[in-house]
Amino acid sequence: MKTLRFATVGSVDDGKSTLIGRLLHDSKSIFEDQLEHVAGVSRKRGDDYVDLSLLTDGLRAEREQGITIDVAWRYFATPKRSFIVADCPGHVQYTRNMITGSSNVDLAIVLVDARAGVMEQTRRHALLASLLGVPHLVICVNKMDLVGYDEDRFMAVRAEFEEFAEKIRFKDVTFIPISALVGDNVVERGENMPWYTGHSLLGHLENVYTASDGNLVDARLPVQYVIRPQRHGMEDYRGYAGRVAGGVLRVGDRVVVLPSGFETEITRIETAEGEVESAKNGRAVCVQLADDISISRGDMICRPENRPRQTQELDAMVAWMSGEVSLEPGRIYGIKHTTRAARARVDSLRYRLDVTTLKRTECTSLTANDIGRVHIHTTEPLFVDAYERNRSTGSFILIDEASGATVGAGMIRDSRA
Amino acid sequence: MHVAGHDEKHQEAVRDVRDLVDESITIIREVVAEFENPAMLFSGGKDSVVMLHLAALAFKPARVPFPVVHIDTGHNFREVIEFRDRTVEEMGVRLVVGEVEDSIRRGTAVEQTGVGSSRNPLQTITLLECIAEHRFDALFGGARRDEERARAKERVYSLRDTFGQWDPKNQRPELWGVYNGKHRTGEHFRIFPLSNWTELDIWNFIHQRNIELPSIYYAHEREVFKRLGVWMAVSEHLAPEPEEEVEVRTVRFRTVGDATCTAAVESVAYSIEDVLNETAAARITERGATRVDDKISEAGMEDRKRRGYF
Repeated sequence: MKTLRFATVGSVDDGKSTLIGRLLHDSKSIFEDQLEHVAGVSRKRGDDYVDLSLLTDGLRAEREQGITIDVAWRYFATPKRSFIVADCPGHVQYTRNMITGSSNVDLAIVLVDARAGVMEQTRRHALLASLLGVPHLVICVNKMDLVGYDEDRFMAVRAEFEEFAEKIRFKDVTFIPISALVGDNVVERGENMPWYTGHSLLGHLENVYTASDGNLVDARLPVQYVIRPQRHGMEDYRGYAGRVAGGVLRVGDRVVVLPSGFETEITRIETAEGEVESAKNGRAVCVQLADDISISRGDMICRPENRPRQTQELDAMVAWMSGEVSLEPGRIYGIKHTTRAARARVDSLRYRLDVTTLKRTECTSLTANDIGRVHIHTTEPLFVDAYERNRSTGSFILIDEASGATVGAGMIRDSRA
Repeated sequence: MHVAGHDEKHQEAVRDVRDLVDESITIIREVVAEFENPAMLFSGGKDSVVMLHLAALAFKPARVPFPVVHIDTGHNFREVIEFRDRTVEEMGVRLVVGEVEDSIRRGTAVEQTGVGSSRNPLQTITLLECIAEHRFDALFGGARRDEERARAKERVYSLRDTFGQWDPKNQRPELWGVYNGKHRTGEHFRIFPLSNWTELDIWNFIHQRNIELPSIYYAHEREVFKRLGVWMAVSEHLAPEPEEEVEVRTVRFRTVGDATCTAAVESVAYSIEDVLNETAAARITERGATRVDDKISEAGMEDRKRRGYF
């Protein structure tokens, strides 16, 4: 089965690091020297048990201050599936961290303390996951050992979340009662919650079906690089390389190249495995076309009857990532959308979205961790789809032109809606 | 002979790496499209060999459009240097070698002395001198996030300031695979296309494509001695202390670096498939088993990276 990329979100108190440590440990993905190291540190500090959270804390500052600075990536595998985990700290800079860790994941795990129930940050994390279009959400009701493994408590937390979740869109939400500390329902089902009949968390992660999550309808190939071999006998070769950003490309397809509007046909598709008949969303390809037309990086190859919107006006939700500069109407930023770079002016800032209450408030700027709805004008046309329909052609980044830093993450709205 | 057990073990070792391959190729192409003067670090070690093969796939049928760079401590295994030279010849890429010896001669690097001394830390100096001399604005490195705790936090595009320093608290968010390579004069990027690969993924790719590696990755007999709990090879660059007993053992190397700080592991894995199965069953991390340089301190890698290391 395809590798599952998932994010875990939550603060130290939720037991997130312990959960990841438990997943790695109980799935036998921890190496002896890592465990020995962690056990040694725990002993030195005088802990009663081996603190599995130490497995995920990477940097000196984190160990010294007991905090998690930034997103860390972990890797583990079971005989059924490989996993890539983006471990996102939930307390400071939560929006920035969570968006950095979850922009391209298949699934997000949000931890809830069974004693406290749905908190402000639970809502915040779920909302961000929804905004980012994460296809699958798992709510882990943790610390069940501290509420006597009580089914009613679990059902109450679940009801509380569902009431709030009605307001946001989610295709797939799963609730799992766990104890990360003890291990119940993390890898093994355990015996403490016979009333729970679903998968353990790992069982769920192994089985969740993701093959149909990406866009497989709208064929899109943003041209990344033109391959022109400087070799004898290959003077006429032109290969258009890029990563398929939607739908499926097939040999024999009629295609149109934007912005020129020239139509031609795909004659050959190459991937790392060699020549193929078709390539779907996500594949890195090099295509050849029937006609020799002028194509360069930033152009878009698609089907004549299914084109992205060609526009210099964007209506988007923007998550602001910078503490140094703010988003203000009238300002100009660099913009990068698929393989196309341009400059962008913020024409208007319509509102700021409170990610806890969903309330919209008027504002004059966005600062770090704010999310707002903006209108943007670009110096060059971009070929866009709504983010909801396509996470690749529906997203962009904003760049501060002075420092070069990535300052904003944009998700394009369907202007027809 | 009971063969079923072996097959089962092999089944568990097999991974589909197509997604990782596509991700890496996309990163390599993006850098070539956006940077003026990229280069790829190439030591002859398995990760850099895989990375160079991915580069070849990314630009096929054209040649790899950038040079490869090796920072040579002068203390490398002979087999690896031979392999390095043969590979760049076969692939038709230009090799740039930065010699630590030259930095020592210039006086910009100072040789350590005593037991356990190594030129490993000096590589940073030579590397930064090499980047400045050739004005590289992007340097591909084969580091993987599963290798080490500090690396687990590093981005694919890792910005380095004019001193080559990495600042873990000030990393650019990476979103949706849209990479931002903007930088000011004097700054450069380290690019890690293998960020999401694990050691087992690397061996799967090598196995699927039957990629040649330096012979020391496979089991062979060698004179070794125990130091800091690991097997160090006797070589012209490293001699045992009087109290360190030399034995002949069947070993292989899991990583290939400077001979003074890279340890061998006992192994009877003679083929790619043997190594693949051994890697799947390994209970100790790759760097934990073999890298003396990481044992220096709790934050060994973090501190070196901050100063501009690979």
